Amino acid sequence: MSDMMDDMEGGEGVVKKFMFVNRKAPHGTIYALEGLEVVLVSAAFDQDVSMVFADDGVYELIKGMNTKGIEVKDFSKTYRALDGYDIEKLYVEKASMDARGLTEADLIVDVTVLDSAEMANLMAEQDVVISY
Amino acid sequence: MLHIVNKSATERNSLESCLRMATKGSAVLLIEDAVYAATKGGVAAAQIQAAMADLQIYALGPDLDARGMSARVLDGVKVVDYGGFVDLVTETNACQSWL
Amino acid sequence: MPMVEVAGKSFEVDEEGYLTNLADWNQDIAGYLAQEEKVEMTDSHWEVVNFLREYYDEYQIAPAVRVLTKAISKKLGADKGNNKYLYELFPYGPAKQACKIAGLPKPTGCI
Repeated sequence: MSDMMDDMEGGEGVVKKFMFVNRKAPHGTIYALEGLEVVLVSAAFDQDVSMVFADDGVYELIKGMNTKGIEVKDFSKTYRALDGYDIEKLYVEKASMDARGLTEADLIVDVTVLDSAEMANLMAEQDVVISY
Repeated sequence: MLHIVNKSATERNSLESCLRMATKGSAVLLIEDAVYAATKGGVAAAQIQAAMADLQIYALGPDLDARGMSARVLDGVKVVDYGGFVDLVTETNACQSWL
Repeated sequence: MPMVEVAGKSFEVDEEGYLTNLADWNQDIAGYLAQEEKVEMTDSHWEVVNFLREYYDEYQIAPAVRVLTKAISKKLGADKGNNKYLYELFPYGPAKQACKIAGLPKPTGCI
């Protein structure tokens, strides 16, 4: 129960740097949704969480999805709830956006755009990297 | 022949293989994550544009909508709904799914 | 899946009693679900339930308790956006009980 998990937060536990790397397009596979749900769960543990969107993962953040026709949940709206879960570090790789003809204006949430070298450094300083 | 591709062209080589092996006059239907290839500005756009000289390229509308890509479809790509998908299948002698 | 009958129509719920189809929800069903949870619905209860439905509509998830508390605080004021107030309304947990009555799935983050 989340009520229970909430009681567990705020302990004296060590804060680690967790990075969740999203590299899959939404809807075609379950990875994007699963990755997002794991991030929401991880928020209960008060860790230093970053989310990275690279390769096809940048497609997860596209504005204006309408999933009625394929009868699945439009979880792109859920990225906008991350702020309320205190997950504010969202990074997108510039090369991945460029390769897909996308810009920040096409995305549903505010992100920090990093070049590949900056992204590499950010990854290198994490304690845990979880990839989807 | 109707060729059906459902994998993202920036993640798998299914589209590339399909375009290499589809004979002139064949139809290629992009569904699920393959629809991104039919959109403007991406790396696969040039491949699709070149392929349109010999092939009919279709993309499934509901999959474009779900991905927020409907407004970005390349000129010359025909968008079909599920009914159109069925028509393509029944009009052709055989289907090849590039899984 | 178990079925329940409310006001002459039957609805599917999961093994924990959560409504399976969000779109099935109406006030009668909320009343039934509240009864099952032994919650007597007042205007204050409805305010939280309606808030949750709006939250779900906007974000497509049922929020974790602390997220709900913060969001309610922002929208309805700090006197309502706190654990004491919400647990008085929903003694077994606002996430569990209020979400169930609102016809939402179990909050993401529930184990």
